[in-house]
Amino acid sequence: MAIHLRTLNEVLHSSNKKKTWGTKEYFINMGPQHPSTHGVLRFVLRLEGEVVKEIIPVLGYIHRGIEKIGESVSYRNFVHLTDRCDYLSSIINNWGVSKVVENAMQIETNERIETIRTIFAEIQRLQSHTLWWGVFAMDLGAFTPFLYGFRDREFLTSIVEDTCGSRLTMNYIQPGGVMYDIKPDFSTKIKNYIRYLRPRIDEYEQLVSNNIIIQKRTENVGILSKDDACSYGTTGPVLRASGVPLDLRKDHPYGMYGKVDFSVAVGSVGDCWDRYWVRIEEMRQSLNIIEQLIDNIPPGKHMVMKHTAKIKLPIGYHYDQVETARGILGVFVASDGKDSPYRIHLRSPNFNNLWSITKMAAGLKISDLVAIFSTLDIVMPDVDR
Amino acid sequence: MESLNKSIITTNLDKMLNWARSNSIWPLTFGTSCCAIEMMMATGSSHYDLARFGSEVVRVSPRQADVLIVAGTIVKRMVKPLKMLFNQMMEPKYVIATGSCTISGGPFIYNSYTTIRGVDKVIPVDVYVPGCPPRPEALFWGILVLQKMIKKNSLIKSTNNKKPVLAALPEGIMLEEIHDEMKKVLMNKKYL
Amino acid sequence: MNKMTASIEKIYNKYQKFIVENVISKKELRINSENLIDFMYFMRNDSDLKYDILCDHTVVDWVNNNSFDLVYNLYSTEYKNYIIISTTIPRNKPIINTVSGIWRIAEWQEREAYDFFGVLYTDHKDLRRLFLEDDWIGFPLRKDYKDNFMLEM
Repeated sequence: MAIHLRTLNEVLHSSNKKKTWGTKEYFINMGPQHPSTHGVLRFVLRLEGEVVKEIIPVLGYIHRGIEKIGESVSYRNFVHLTDRCDYLSSIINNWGVSKVVENAMQIETNERIETIRTIFAEIQRLQSHTLWWGVFAMDLGAFTPFLYGFRDREFLTSIVEDTCGSRLTMNYIQPGGVMYDIKPDFSTKIKNYIRYLRPRIDEYEQLVSNNIIIQKRTENVGILSKDDACSYGTTGPVLRASGVPLDLRKDHPYGMYGKVDFSVAVGSVGDCWDRYWVRIEEMRQSLNIIEQLIDNIPPGKHMVMKHTAKIKLPIGYHYDQVETARGILGVFVASDGKDSPYRIHLRSPNFNNLWSITKMAAGLKISDLVAIFSTLDIVMPDVDR
Repeated sequence: MESLNKSIITTNLDKMLNWARSNSIWPLTFGTSCCAIEMMMATGSSHYDLARFGSEVVRVSPRQADVLIVAGTIVKRMVKPLKMLFNQMMEPKYVIATGSCTISGGPFIYNSYTTIRGVDKVIPVDVYVPGCPPRPEALFWGILVLQKMIKKNSLIKSTNNKKPVLAALPEGIMLEEIHDEMKKVLMNKKYL
Repeated sequence: MNKMTASIEKIYNKYQKFIVENVISKKELRINSENLIDFMYFMRNDSDLKYDILCDHTVVDWVNNNSFDLVYNLYSTEYKNYIIISTTIPRNKPIINTVSGIWRIAEWQEREAYDFFGVLYTDHKDLRRLFLEDDWIGFPLRKDYKDNFMLEM
């Protein structure tokens, strides 16, 4: 079979098999606007009764063409656009582009910059996971954890706003350092927050994890085996829950991750319960990392490169990766020696995690589909870029 | 019909209906990208609570909602679902455009082949709330302005599609004075 | 790094005639496009290499050379290293084999490459547009794409 191009209408009509005896299959649209809060994603479901036979995701409802815009702006301005891709942990996205530029131009940063970057990355990971936890419980029908999750995220947002100036899209980590220096009362506020959150995580586990309904709805639902997880390109908590211990913070350390002591949570079965448990453990490990770094911030400058210095990468291909809250973000730059990149491409973790739902949810009911989709933790503007 | 406009029964009826309508505006959940998080923060969370202004619940179905808060960038592929949602809402309906992507296209104006530069090219907008993303307090300002606009409206007169934001002006100042001031500032090349 | 150089030598010994250029310090290999599938099978199944995650697949459009560059990023979970492989195909006849029989995620990544650049993959199960509408004319990320709707800076 050679090349065969087709459209969405042809896909829908071709899979409509006629049965002479029995129930009939029908198509239902889970449209771009729906009650779950993950963004604009459209599923076309082929159902028989309430059992899902096939899922066809339709993307492109928030496709803004960031890669085409990147070909006409400078590298510093492109960092401002990566904020808007995965907006729940936007500082880590900035670190991806800054890392590529610094490695290609061989710029050395000092220890103060790396410590501040690591602390803020872990704060963003905590923010992202607390919001995910609230939304996950709301998707399964419980509304109280939603309020708890947003309340915990709000405390961190006001601490971050004192330093960065913005609540959601920070544009904080730049090639050559960080944008602003931290204030003197930063460490006391963070220490108070750690003391506040540590017993709360145990309380939340008692509320949600020990609940029999949530346990029955997530155990052995949506199993993704080890080989499937690798072949479907998943990374992050989804891959770690299936039994593969891949974490860029341990295997290819950057920042101060090589000098702190923490462990990586790895699941065994690969169902929804494992993906939920891996993220709760990651929250605890993030608190450990912040606690080890917050007292020993060394003195120094917060920005090594001048604001007016020109950034020009050497000719060729450059690639580097960071670990965000959802997986591996890779930045690929093809440069021809000029001010703006010739081609820049973001390897987004959510785009590669989404494809595995077609394998996991085939044969299950619609309510299982909702539980699986919310443990995958997808942010749609990162899929569409 | 003219005498009916100014009689005491219809003006009092206007006042009562406007008071009832403005104090219970129920929004529709429509968030596409980053501004949606700030909208959820404003409506759902416990630090900033929208229910004290009357928006007790946030409805998912457009048949049961009053105001459509557009939060997030609108691209070409999303225009058709957005128009369908707006047409399914029942009169009287209002639209608040949050964030700079819906006002003018935001950071994606240049060299983007899909972004619509401003949502008022697609549906009529009542209130614009600037910011990228706007704080939850800014969204509250937008809803309070909308409440003032509803209270000044009249039931018997026909409603235009684009209503100017006269309710947000301070007392005693006319819109033309602000236009003259802005022209003077722009002619003075020192500010450019 | 020792493991990396040993494995690169093994690839050299077996596939020497296919390798065009080798930049070891940046972990990059450039190969011919004719025997892509055999090469990728070898990269995934060999016991010393075992690249089991296809991280990324993109296209770079070199208008002046009249060619497309296809770039594959591979990662190995067992030996914990990554490698970049690139091939070149002519711009006026962009046809190449698909690798979705080896890694399943290549189906979606190749659909994205078709959507933006117009690269055609033989034996692909479901080659249609991903982000843009089905009746969009043109391939936006090519360098000579003209549009009345876009606002140039």
